[in-house]
Amino acid sequence: MKITVNGETRSFDESLSLMKLIEAFSLNPNHLVVELNREVVQRDTFADTNLSDGDMVELIEFVAGG
Amino acid sequence: MKIRVNENVVDWTGKNDVGSVKQFYKSDADVILCDGAPVSADFPIKENSSVVLIKRGELPSKEEMAALMRSRNPDYFLPALSNAVIAIGGAGGLGSAVAISLARSFVGTLIIADYDVVEPSNLNRQHYFVDQIGMPKVEALKENLLRINPYLNVVVHNQRITAENVVEIFGDADIVAECFDTAAAKAMLTENVLAKMKCPFVAVSGVAGHADVERIVSRKIGSRMVVIGDGVSAAEPGRGLTAAKVGVAANLQACKIVEILVDKYRENNS
Repeated sequence: MKITVNGETRSFDESLSLMKLIEAFSLNPNHLVVELNREVVQRDTFADTNLSDGDMVELIEFVAGG
Repeated sequence: MKIRVNENVVDWTGKNDVGSVKQFYKSDADVILCDGAPVSADFPIKENSSVVLIKRGELPSKEEMAALMRSRNPDYFLPALSNAVIAIGGAGGLGSAVAISLARSFVGTLIIADYDVVEPSNLNRQHYFVDQIGMPKVEALKENLLRINPYLNVVVHNQRITAENVVEIFGDADIVAECFDTAAAKAMLTENVLAKMKCPFVAVSGVAGHADVERIVSRKIGSRMVVIGDGVSAAEPGRGLTAAKVGVAANLQACKIVEILVDKYRENNS
């Protein structure tokens, strides 16, 4: 299936959860805000959110400092 | 002739020296400025002269303060910003600087939340003073902001912002600024503001170190979120946070907030 991540379309195997996608990018889920098809996804549901063909995911990563 | 006295335009019909203007408008003034320079009482005034009369230590009235703010800020700032409510999460290097720039821009209300106290190590970049060490940051910042603009409405919350209390504390804001330090706190506030509130949101990520400041950019994400920073420079041992670089990001944040307010004002008044 094809999923667009931060504007770039990539191919993935079927049955991919949002958490698996985050792991594939080696990102820390606690440092991220995720939008799935423009809706914010609560972080405690990352593992239970399954992606479908054509989904658009925005991974907004934060680094420390302020 | 038309002159300005403390930034208000007046029709002056008296004698053409600043001493006479002072006698009429503010006889107890200790300092007289004409067109920006200190002058003595016999200095002549002419059409369009700008006379500023100062009594040392005196608090300007709200109207005088507004006129002073109007004289250097763009003329649409006062109507666009003076009723705005801006929430600032975190009163550290980013939050203290954002608050000060917004106070100088005559924003109406700031809601500031932080649970820290002022530590000596904060003084390298945060807008506090040595005699404020040990004070809750929000109390110290409020004190400093009111010294700049005594008519600013400052609402402070000396507590940690959480997923549970964010709407209660920031719910009245027209815009929320994310000014936290840790990545997890930044992500938590962003997630909750985007999910539970409708207002624009300005966050920061990637401001550590002293160099490559040109890599700090402002990125628009979706319809109401802006993220400022280079996205990668994390604060970590060996790479600290510096006044100049954090200040750039904070003021870019303040610029974006002002821009959003001015755009909204123009949209509503076009």
